[in-house]
Amino acid sequence: MKILVAVKRVIDYNVQVRVKEDNTGVVTENVKMSTNPPDDNAIEEAVKIKESGKATEVVAVSVGEEKAQETVRKALAVGADRGILIKADGILEPLAVSKLLQKIVEKEKPDLVFMGKQAIDDDCNQTGQMLSALLNWPQATFASKIEIKDKKLEVTREIDEGLETIEINIPAIVTCDLRLNEPRYASLPNIMKAKKKPIEQINASDLGVDTSPRIEQIKVEEPPKRKAGIKVKSVAELVQKLKNEAKVI
Amino acid sequence: MSGLLVAEHNNKELKPFTLNAVTAASQMDTDLHAVIIGNNCGDAAKKLSELPLVKKVIQVEAAHYENFVAENFAPVIVKLAENYSHVVCSANTFGKNLMPRIAASLDTSQVSDIIKVISADTFLRPIYAGNAFATVKSKDPKKCITIRPTSFDPCESSGGSAPIEKAEPSAEFNNTKFVKREEIKSDRPELGTARVVVSGGRGMQSGDNFKLITSVADKLNAAIGASRAAVDAGYISNDHQVGQTGKVVVPDLYIAIGISGAIQHLAGMKESKVIVAINKDGEAPIFSVADYGLEADLFEAVPQFIEELNKLNTIQK
Repeated sequence: MKILVAVKRVIDYNVQVRVKEDNTGVVTENVKMSTNPPDDNAIEEAVKIKESGKATEVVAVSVGEEKAQETVRKALAVGADRGILIKADGILEPLAVSKLLQKIVEKEKPDLVFMGKQAIDDDCNQTGQMLSALLNWPQATFASKIEIKDKKLEVTREIDEGLETIEINIPAIVTCDLRLNEPRYASLPNIMKAKKKPIEQINASDLGVDTSPRIEQIKVEEPPKRKAGIKVKSVAELVQKLKNEAKVI
Repeated sequence: MSGLLVAEHNNKELKPFTLNAVTAASQMDTDLHAVIIGNNCGDAAKKLSELPLVKKVIQVEAAHYENFVAENFAPVIVKLAENYSHVVCSANTFGKNLMPRIAASLDTSQVSDIIKVISADTFLRPIYAGNAFATVKSKDPKKCITIRPTSFDPCESSGGSAPIEKAEPSAEFNNTKFVKREEIKSDRPELGTARVVVSGGRGMQSGDNFKLITSVADKLNAAIGASRAAVDAGYISNDHQVGQTGKVVVPDLYIAIGISGAIQHLAGMKESKVIVAINKDGEAPIFSVADYGLEADLFEAVPQFIEELNKLNTIQK
């Protein structure tokens, strides 16, 4: 079995995101970038399945600028066998990314495609579901547990009401939730080894997909600032303020 | 052309957020129709027809719609969408799972999780977990939109009498089978929708000390939250995590106890109406977003807080 894992390079979750002064987007220059957190869970799960002997190959793929290679390289350092970078500049909407991934799926013919449930930059939560629709494959979104049963997967999904279990036939798409596993750190020897693993580079323009945005970003602004609060001196004062001033208790 | 709202329900009743989604959808196109897909969902369809903002209800029933599997829902909505300018539903796990499958089939770039309708094609949505707000304009002929339910008021729920039309079901998708649903039965409100959230951070020092958080939450009928640091330290399970990589919450009252206020935590709670911070470090970033800050040792302040709450004659629930 072969697993394709899609990973995205995003601003690190610990960075204070700043809006550009001209309101065209957020500042990404000289900002720490990392793998989208739930994509780390996706890679971890794929590598665990390979380690259990149920998969033979894990391929990491990313779409984006040249530097997204670092994100693919990190996936190789935690256990993916080889990488693919689809090079594309500018804003890529999930619809465009899913069409590019569809081309890779047609070429690589994986049995499973894993990715994070959502990217923490655009917060769209679309790519996995869109790829499933384009391929007409089953989808298991927000996965917190995956069990492989022959040609099927039993997946537990995190839904608002609690947990839902579905059974999907392979080939299938799974989008991973943070609770799926505990992503490992890459060890130094594995980081060194990853440098020797191959990363194939493909230009998005060679895949015959129109990636031009369908959504015009008119402006990006700071959210409204909270008005400055006050410090209270005692617990009694706090409770009095909550009761009589804010009227929330 | 009209707008089409996808109703969320449990075959008997509408899910409450359907009413918020109706409000949002009606701001995109006042000629709003609603589709309800399910199995023996006549009662829920009737309730949908009673919403005054809904002008027509389309009811689609089949056994394979019983459990709301997106692979079954998408084709029937895609077919109906021929006659509509907008397809809209809530950005909860139901809508998040379903809408992109519809959008990709319509070759539409979806606009997710909007918090404001500016015009029929222009919307406001948070990005970077609310650290920035983007104004976006969809250029696709058909719009697929999910809305953040807590950003819109629920619509009027009675007085309407829209006609209910039946539509043909689509064929079953055979590669996905529903197995079971385990709804978390808790006396507490759900973290994502609770009026009050009480959260603990690394300052709690142990999982055992989270009892203090539980006691406060009991008093206020609150949901229990936690910072990523508390989750990573193993004090509490990560379904309680509030923040960019956890849940984004917007309660009326958010009480942060022993939470320093890392960026990724603030991203998940700073839209709350009233924020209280209790922390012994007066320089902690959490105080920069708190309406009421108390610089104190939580192990002294929280028991006092519970005592003070006990003295109150009434507490809002």
